[in-house]
Amino acid sequence: MASNENNWPLWEIFIQSKRGLEHKHVGSVHAADAQMAIENARDVYTRRQEGQSIWVVPAAAISASQPEDAAMLFDPADDKTYRHPTFYTMPEGAKYI
Amino acid sequence: MSNALLQYTIRLADDLLILSHRLSEWCGHGPFLEEDIALTNRALDHLGEARNLFTYAGQVEGQGRNEDHFAYLRKERQYVNTLLVEQPNADYAHTIVRSFLFDAYHLPLAEALSKSSDAQLAAIAAKAVKEAQYHVKHSSDWLIRFGDGTEESHRRAQEALDNLWTFTGDLFVMDAVHQDLAKAGIAPDLGKIKTAFDATVDKVLAEATLKRPADGFMASGGRQGKHSEHLGYVLADMQYLQRAYPGAEW
Repeated sequence: MASNENNWPLWEIFIQSKRGLEHKHVGSVHAADAQMAIENARDVYTRRQEGQSIWVVPAAAISASQPEDAAMLFDPADDKTYRHPTFYTMPEGAKYI
Repeated sequence: MSNALLQYTIRLADDLLILSHRLSEWCGHGPFLEEDIALTNRALDHLGEARNLFTYAGQVEGQGRNEDHFAYLRKERQYVNTLLVEQPNADYAHTIVRSFLFDAYHLPLAEALSKSSDAQLAAIAAKAVKEAQYHVKHSSDWLIRFGDGTEESHRRAQEALDNLWTFTGDLFVMDAVHQDLAKAGIAPDLGKIKTAFDATVDKVLAEATLKRPADGFMASGGRQGKHSEHLGYVLADMQYLQRAYPGAEW
């Protein structure tokens, strides 16, 4: 497999497994354009009936949080268990909340 | 009639088996990972259809031969695949053009066969139609990228087309076996398949800015078991295990 700086851009692949469900990130492929990315994703990620719809997104278009910011961003939530709904009392007779 | 049906079913199966083998030769050697998987997917599509056809051929023949007998225990002259599918992979342009020409023939064939008066052939073909639609799309997309791509990719695609065109005539030979089945509504009239083939080829080549080669000398004989020198090597590879260890299973 060729691997050099002339490689095609990377595309992030999202597959919807069933109508009505969300598209989930499953991985990435290399492709020259969006159409090729869809076909590559079809061959790589839906061979075992994993999906019925494909989204492809140029990896370069995704902005990500930085790992070194993780402590600042996420640790403050550690001691705020009151944000979980477990503290609420369920109204009597409500089955599907 | 049942002899013609047997013969015809084996022809259909041999085309797919040999093309499948050729495509599988790319396994692990594809130009990049995603395309490597795409090609082997296609190889498995073809193999799946071939297996159904060989199994059916065994039933038509009624002598207890199974798919493995047909695939592994016949000699070169007993193979009746069309000459196109046994041509070597060469470069990727040749691989894509070979598949494109076959796909442009295989899709209308599968569509027509799905209406065959033979229920089993019709069922096998109907299952293959969706796969064949994707095959045409896959090979057309690449051919258009090559033809309408760089100077080198255009040159290589045109060379592949010029080299392989001579084998397209063999796809449409209507001999006595085929004519008998066409009369019985089992096999389609190849004239109609050719019309669909021409339309696909012209449309895709125009978009790919490639030139359709003139119909000069057309090689033929595949349906009579007269092959190019390449088939023997394919069979040597494919049959080695069954010949060395008869009846081996896993």
